[in-house]
Amino acid sequence: MAILKVNDVTKKFGSVTALDGISLEVRQGEIYGFIGPNGAGKTTTIRILLGIIKANSGSAQIFGMDAWRDAVEIHKRIAYVPGEVSLWPNLTGGEVIDLFVKLRGGHNKPRRDELIERFDLDPTKKCGTYSKGNRQKVALIAAFAADADLYILDEPTSGLDPLMELVFQECVREAKAAGKSVLLSSHILSEVEKLCDRVSIIRRGRIIESGSLDELRHLTRTKVRVQTAKPIPNLNDIPGVHDVEEFPGGFTFQVDSPRLGEVIRYISSCEITALESTPPTLEELFIHHYQREG
Amino acid sequence: MSRLFANTLALAGLIWRRDRIQIPIWVVSIAFWSAVLAAMLPSLYPPGPEREIIAQTFANPALISMLGPGYGLDNYHMGAIMAHQMLLFTAVIVAVMNIILILRHTRRDEEQGRIEVVRSLPVGRLANAASAVLVLVLTNLILGAAVAVPLALLGLEGMDWQGSLLYGAVLAATGIFFAAATLFFAQLTETSRTASAYAFAFLGLSFLLRAIGDISSEPLSVISPLGLVLRAQVYVNNYWWPVVLVLVAAGAPILVAFRLNTTRDLEAGIIPAKPGRRYASRLLQSPLGLVLRLEKTVVTCWAVGMFVMGASYGSIFGDVETFAQTSDLYKQILPSVEGFSLTDQFLAMLLAILSMIAAVPALQIILRLRGEERANRVEHLLAGAVSRNHLMAAFLVVAVAAAAVMQALSVVGLWLAAAAVVSDPFPLRETLAAALVYVPLIWILIGLAAALIGYFPQHTNLVWIYLGASLFTTYFGSLLRLPEWTKKLTPWGHIPSIPLEEVSAGTVFLSAITAAILMVIGFTGYSKRDIIR
Repeated sequence: MAILKVNDVTKKFGSVTALDGISLEVRQGEIYGFIGPNGAGKTTTIRILLGIIKANSGSAQIFGMDAWRDAVEIHKRIAYVPGEVSLWPNLTGGEVIDLFVKLRGGHNKPRRDELIERFDLDPTKKCGTYSKGNRQKVALIAAFAADADLYILDEPTSGLDPLMELVFQECVREAKAAGKSVLLSSHILSEVEKLCDRVSIIRRGRIIESGSLDELRHLTRTKVRVQTAKPIPNLNDIPGVHDVEEFPGGFTFQVDSPRLGEVIRYISSCEITALESTPPTLEELFIHHYQREG
Repeated sequence: MSRLFANTLALAGLIWRRDRIQIPIWVVSIAFWSAVLAAMLPSLYPPGPEREIIAQTFANPALISMLGPGYGLDNYHMGAIMAHQMLLFTAVIVAVMNIILILRHTRRDEEQGRIEVVRSLPVGRLANAASAVLVLVLTNLILGAAVAVPLALLGLEGMDWQGSLLYGAVLAATGIFFAAATLFFAQLTETSRTASAYAFAFLGLSFLLRAIGDISSEPLSVISPLGLVLRAQVYVNNYWWPVVLVLVAAGAPILVAFRLNTTRDLEAGIIPAKPGRRYASRLLQSPLGLVLRLEKTVVTCWAVGMFVMGASYGSIFGDVETFAQTSDLYKQILPSVEGFSLTDQFLAMLLAILSMIAAVPALQIILRLRGEERANRVEHLLAGAVSRNHLMAAFLVVAVAAAAVMQALSVVGLWLAAAAVVSDPFPLRETLAAALVYVPLIWILIGLAAALIGYFPQHTNLVWIYLGASLFTTYFGSLLRLPEWTKKLTPWGHIPSIPLEEVSAGTVFLSAITAAILMVIGFTGYSKRDIIR
């Protein structure tokens, strides 16, 4: 069941087209990765989903309701963490967390205190004195303390230390285990790779690829390192093979993933002695997509 | 030593670059208006016996409290008129300019983390503070010259070169002094907001001290920088010593500020921050609670300030009364409003002006809605289950209530002090009722601010210009004999001067309705538009 559905959304700021026909779908119980470089349109999409800005055309729905018109109704059931957390310098972290939880309409004090403990935050300090990471913790604690059905997280870990990032990943997995959905915008690809079920890649206001990680990998090249007893003839000429390099006793090369089977059949005739194949990391995938489109 | 100031000139260049629009606008508009007003004077005050008689009536305590002591009233030529009527007001504006610009380049840059980046470069610890002082000293000198030269060139009666240069020098010295004082306040607090509250409180105190001092005690006036500079008696006796004295005095806060700046941590204030609450209080559970919590300090300071201001003016009433009873001349030429005393007329003027001052905190509150948006914090609230209407309503409620409370407090202060010095004080109930008639006018400005937030969020500052224009036409309308329509452009021109005229319930009702309509426009626009920076 789709919890969040963006259909062909376009947003212009004056003459600049920030989003050009974006579509997205997040299903119940899944963690959805939204990746793309700075300025690609991730935050604009999220702001439309929050009803903070209005799409010029297309529809953005959460829980089947319109993101702009029914913003208040929707917001009772979502929790949001912005990438850049600005807080009131003269309020304490504890006050801000309570305020956010209250504005969403929930109240779960033990959960709040447990999260403060886990994220190791001093809630008695004024927000003006917090570092970027600590301000982010305030927003994360307020978000996870709420019993939301959908978490919208916009680069939520850019200021966290590695230990806190683990705590964050735990919290996201707990939310998923409880049947909640998560939209995670990020450019920390290892994090997305660890957490997300499906991803969309956005570039200059357009979605250029969507699907599960496996599906996306299928669209790219696999790295192969092979050693054979007999030399492999004409490796360069086989369709789908790229970047061939020879080393003593073998070759490394890349194969378009759909052609992997054919290529392996071809080289197996040369008596393989050792074979390694590595699927592309998300990072390679990402860079591949960007360079291809570049 | 020189290491403390390394690269000061480069940073001063940066300030010029950043303010290349803002500083010229300040300088040119102050110089332009000074020249225009001076050029208008001959037609307003044609020479002759009538002018001398008018001058005598200007020696009354009510006007002195607002304009400063009148020097040269016995020979009230254009120069004397200009210095008497415009110099104090212009000096206050120059002080405001300096407070704003100094804070912008010191505490606010520091608060926003920009100084940190600068300090990571080979830049002296005092370079930033010193560059801000340097730029503002230059700005003030240029401003002084820009005002003085056109005044002298106009060649009006009594406005010679020496007087005009002194006129400019008084403005420059006042500016430099307030820049120095603000630099000191910027060292004390962690936030630029608090620092600006201190600086403006200091300016207000200087004004009040001068007002009371000019009427009853010369030494009191001389303590106040604004009182001291007026002792230059520009265009009349042209004393330079007050300018020199103020400039020397400006050295002290600069040196103390430099000393504090070298010893304190970056981004820390001298007044330490205490740990705060672990949990939100009962109050802080809704947008309304948040607005109250955010505005608590500002509202409290303004409430005290309004009361003190009212009381200061109230304390003058004794002198006003005595003057009206003893001055035959006054009785001769100003029986204009039948059955009302000078005291009544002064009261009417004060109530209007106090209401405009009460508009300042009210507008600050409603404009904070836009400020929160600019600071990217409104999205936290709107991402919670809070509608646009709910959010705007929270700010409006607090602003509307603050307007009434501020006005009431100032009048209570006024009455208490007046009752202590006047034999037959005006009745509190009626005065309070008269004062509250002005409250719907403040609401109109609040409504205007809301409408701007709804439809022209980039231009919300227009409401300040409108308030400034209202203050100007009320304060100077009769002195400068501005045409009647200029007053009608502002809400204040449409309200009868109580207690001089009867108020109809209709006028008050109409103002309230206008305010409500503007607020509805604000709601409509705000709930339709994008949230932007």
